[in-house]
Amino acid sequence: MEFAELIKTPRADNVILHRPFYPAVEGTLCLTGHHLILSSRRQDNAEELWLLHSNIDSIEKRFVGSLGTIIIKCKDLRIIQLDIPGMEECLNIASSIEALSTLDSVTLMYPFFYRPMFEVVEDGWHSFLPEREFELLSSVTNEWRLSYVNKEFSVCPSYPPAVTVPKSIDDEALRRVATFRHGGRFPVLSYYHKKNGMVMMRSSQPLTGTNGRRCKEDSALINATLRAGKRGYIIDTRSLNVAQQARAKGGGFEQEVQYPQWRRIHKSVERYNILQESLIKLVEACNDQSHNMDRWLSKLEASNWLTHVKEILTAACLAGQCIDREGASVLVHGTEGTDSTLQITSLAQIILDPRCRTIRGFEALVEREWLQAGHPFRLRCAQSAYSNSKQKWESPVFFLFLDCVWQILRQFPCSFEFNEHFLIMLFEHAYASQFGTFLGNNESERCKLKLSQKTMSLWSWVNQPEELRKFKNPLFEANSLVIWPSVAPQSLQLWEGVFLRWNRSSKFLDEAYEEMNNIIEYNKELQAKVNALRRQLAELETDDGMQENS
Amino acid sequence: MDHITTPKVENVKLLDRYTNRKPANGTLYLTATHLIYVDASAEVRKETWILHHHIASVEKLPLTTSGCPLLIRCKNFRVAHLVIGHERDCHEVYTSLLKLSQPVKPEELYAFSYNPKMPKDSREIGWKLIDLKVDYQRMGIPNDFWEITDANKDYEVCNTYPPEVVVPKAANKATVLGSAKFRSRGRIPVLSYLYKENNAAICRCSQPLSGFSARCLEDEQMLQAIRQANPGSPFMYVVDTRPKLNAMANRAAGKGYENEDNYDNIHFKFIGIENIHVMRSSLQKLLEVCETKSPSMSDFLTGLENSGWLRHIKAVMDAGVFLAKAVKEEKASVLVHCSDGWDRTAQVCSLASLLLDPFYRTFKGLMVLIEKEWIVMGHKFSHRCGHLDGDLKEVSPVFTQFTECVWQLMQQFPCAFEFNERFLLEIHDHVYSCQFGNFLGSCYREREALKIFEKTHSLWPFLLQKKQEFRNPLYKGFTVYKELKPNTLPFSFQFWCGMYNRFDKGMHPKQCVLDHLLNCMSQKMKLEDNATDLENKLPFLDNPLPNEVCSLSKIVNASVESSKTPMLNTPQDYESEPPALLTNGAIVEEVDIMPDQDQKNKENFANHHDLLDLNSTMEVIESDAKKEKPQHQ
Repeated sequence: MEFAELIKTPRADNVILHRPFYPAVEGTLCLTGHHLILSSRRQDNAEELWLLHSNIDSIEKRFVGSLGTIIIKCKDLRIIQLDIPGMEECLNIASSIEALSTLDSVTLMYPFFYRPMFEVVEDGWHSFLPEREFELLSSVTNEWRLSYVNKEFSVCPSYPPAVTVPKSIDDEALRRVATFRHGGRFPVLSYYHKKNGMVMMRSSQPLTGTNGRRCKEDSALINATLRAGKRGYIIDTRSLNVAQQARAKGGGFEQEVQYPQWRRIHKSVERYNILQESLIKLVEACNDQSHNMDRWLSKLEASNWLTHVKEILTAACLAGQCIDREGASVLVHGTEGTDSTLQITSLAQIILDPRCRTIRGFEALVEREWLQAGHPFRLRCAQSAYSNSKQKWESPVFFLFLDCVWQILRQFPCSFEFNEHFLIMLFEHAYASQFGTFLGNNESERCKLKLSQKTMSLWSWVNQPEELRKFKNPLFEANSLVIWPSVAPQSLQLWEGVFLRWNRSSKFLDEAYEEMNNIIEYNKELQAKVNALRRQLAELETDDGMQENS
Repeated sequence: MDHITTPKVENVKLLDRYTNRKPANGTLYLTATHLIYVDASAEVRKETWILHHHIASVEKLPLTTSGCPLLIRCKNFRVAHLVIGHERDCHEVYTSLLKLSQPVKPEELYAFSYNPKMPKDSREIGWKLIDLKVDYQRMGIPNDFWEITDANKDYEVCNTYPPEVVVPKAANKATVLGSAKFRSRGRIPVLSYLYKENNAAICRCSQPLSGFSARCLEDEQMLQAIRQANPGSPFMYVVDTRPKLNAMANRAAGKGYENEDNYDNIHFKFIGIENIHVMRSSLQKLLEVCETKSPSMSDFLTGLENSGWLRHIKAVMDAGVFLAKAVKEEKASVLVHCSDGWDRTAQVCSLASLLLDPFYRTFKGLMVLIEKEWIVMGHKFSHRCGHLDGDLKEVSPVFTQFTECVWQLMQQFPCAFEFNERFLLEIHDHVYSCQFGNFLGSCYREREALKIFEKTHSLWPFLLQKKQEFRNPLYKGFTVYKELKPNTLPFSFQFWCGMYNRFDKGMHPKQCVLDHLLNCMSQKMKLEDNATDLENKLPFLDNPLPNEVCSLSKIVNASVESSKTPMLNTPQDYESEPPALLTNGAIVEEVDIMPDQDQKNKENFANHHDLLDLNSTMEVIESDAKKEKPQHQ
């Protein structure tokens, strides 16, 4: 298919762009296969708008006489308005945008066409290979092995080819366990806590069904992670009720008789479209320009977004506590093990592992616990807060994870190498990007799409020193401790950097950030100067001493 | 003190509201001024000091197996939950505290016994630190239109105004006296702030005694004089900060509001800030929400909404913004009043000044502002703060709301204030502490009668001494921001955890950016001295610094390390349903002086009640798991 077929009116003159906090701009609107571009006739290019079609969540059109107006609502929550003279032009442009922003085929997406303007120093597609992660693990323990049982994606279509499993469990056993777990997602290693050798594993629900089907390899697998005489915890992200109901559909949970060494804790975390509806309501509340305080607070409350944040954080803290404080291993799963499970395992790692609070470590975490772990990004991030489709699979699971990270960052502002902008950047790219990283639903799909050959990795771009500079937290001081966030409602806040980003000017907050940066930078320079002077002085003194001696 | 029958009680437990961890065990002391609790169970001596004047209420709760509980709520929003072993001791402490916390006579207030051991003249100089005349001079007063008059020198115009007030030059004695008769309690229109750049003024007064039809020529002349003192504008605003309904109800009592027809060129406007009683009950509801044990997010937000607290804060802020805008953008003078003109009017006028004039965003400036609009103009601190045993219906968090508005502005404009949040909290503490004379009494005349200038100390010099810890490292100086135009959409107002949950440390960020930056500032001074010293020692320094500067970053990091903010951090009870049971709220503030290395020990304080209190939502596989309790219990 040619994009040209979809673009009936490739350009329109005298279009007026309205954006929050900017004066209206008049210019020429151009549609390309992947972008909507507005360029003003001004000499400077500052007034230009480049918008990826894939960033468009929904559009509305309105007409007053022959003047058409298109309101574009983006996945990054921004809303812009274009006034287009001429009814036909406006209709054409609207229908083109609609078609281009909802392309069916992944291979028509921008990452397949994007040619980077920067030199790739480090190819991000190879930055976080499972083999390298395994090497790190091997330096502290030899109880685990890297299994290629899923090499052809035949055992578990949503797992990567290489997974880390207990050494004592062979591939044959893994195959059997896979048949006992939803979607073949047998328990694999998620995190190894160096401090005490405890581990966190994740999987999907066991397929016990109503008649209590069992699988001895399954219990053998998870028991292999326990120390003699020690007990482990299973954190089920569903309520007991939901877990019991799942049995009727062939799913289920670990019964005590079959898993006597495990204690199961049900920590219910919401999923699917409930989260999407929550996002839609929250964004609607944030966009409300009413001056009514009660209305705002009641909408904020009714959106339940912060309730979800609190519940996810609480579950993650609980997992962390089992590992670090109780000295126990943990298995986390819900139904499919691709959503709430990953929120919990990844947040627990941020709490427990200082490495995950570095930029590199966080990237590795996203790669390991989200991309390779098979979080279906394409389905979940197909639409954002302005979605009309309300499909069950659309869900801001990853977005909520980032919000939770932001909450921890706010409570421990000196413990993270990255700043808020880094998290916002990841949010944006998860929904619309020139890079291939978040395309597809799992490794198998990414492999088939040959993303690593045909598209650029987000990490290749982010990890350039000049890009990284924007994402570095000036307050960062490596902190090797476990960080326990407070989950009291008073401690959790609306993530303004994302939700109010387009609704209020951030000028004064940006200035404060800048000022803070300056203070810290200046101190560093000063310290360096003092050190240099000291050294000079010392050198002079030794020179003097030598001269006296000679 | 005759009130203290039992000065010392042993084996007293201090419970933490947020956890089920083992309570601290220690000794309670009652002194003439403070309740002191010394925690004997901690490795490091921990003391909790509570000023008697800070105690808002003492409540005896039903006897429990561990003893007799006593709940102490403080005006600075601390809540102390003590358990005393013997009923008799508890009762004695209870009755002592009741008396100690509710002094009957002003002479019993702390300020009259507080003795910081300083020479007499520095005490006197202290009282002269804030000179309002200097502030009027700063506004260019006296000038062609405004004068400072001693018309009230024997309080004959108004007994709640100071002897000297600023009025339009055009208003003669007859006008002043006439207007006074027409204004509630004689609180005539006087100048609050003059915006020098365009001569627009903010003036304040009380409601007119207009009833349904009364008018007063002198009052009309007074307003005309104010309007004409700003020749650039053809009209002036008269702002009634009350809800219209309240103002109308006042007419029946012979009070009310200005009839636009009777005054030349006034634009009359209601703003709708609620009265002191609504505010008092709103705060009450807010504090109930803050005190709720492990609320869900929904409980909290619903409670916050139902309290109406942020709605009221927004109303005050909106009024301030309206005034500032009228003055700055419409170049119009504004006359503000409520009923008596000492609560809402004080809030709104001081807030508008703060928005318009960067001076009021400095240490000295905020002091001047509080002195000018609150203390001198007769905000009844004594009644509103309940300094003495008296009518509880007079108590209202009017000044707290002003403090919060300043804080809300600091959130939106982090670089615009010379001081930080702690400065606000310190002032707020002392408004209630009665340790200094500034806030005693309810007007200038009373303070004179109490001889506070002779017998007590002024707070302001003490605050300036602690300037280093109260400064805002991000402050960009006087000239960078002129007037502030805050966003007043509801989402711009945040719940102020640092005020209303101030003593629940576990809820606050575990690393404090402010401390970090303050450290940077003090380090900066040391480094600059170091650098100068070294440069002087070096015989010659022709060439600029070598490039090795960058390569030295490791050393830099090492030295920065030492400035690390101590982190207070233990997990809370994440498991119980509803979940948030704060173990980390547990640790009293004294703990955070402990360095990081003590993290391990510190964690031992916290009781990991954790995974063992199971409840219905969770299925236990092993019931004997308790035996497995890890050793760190």
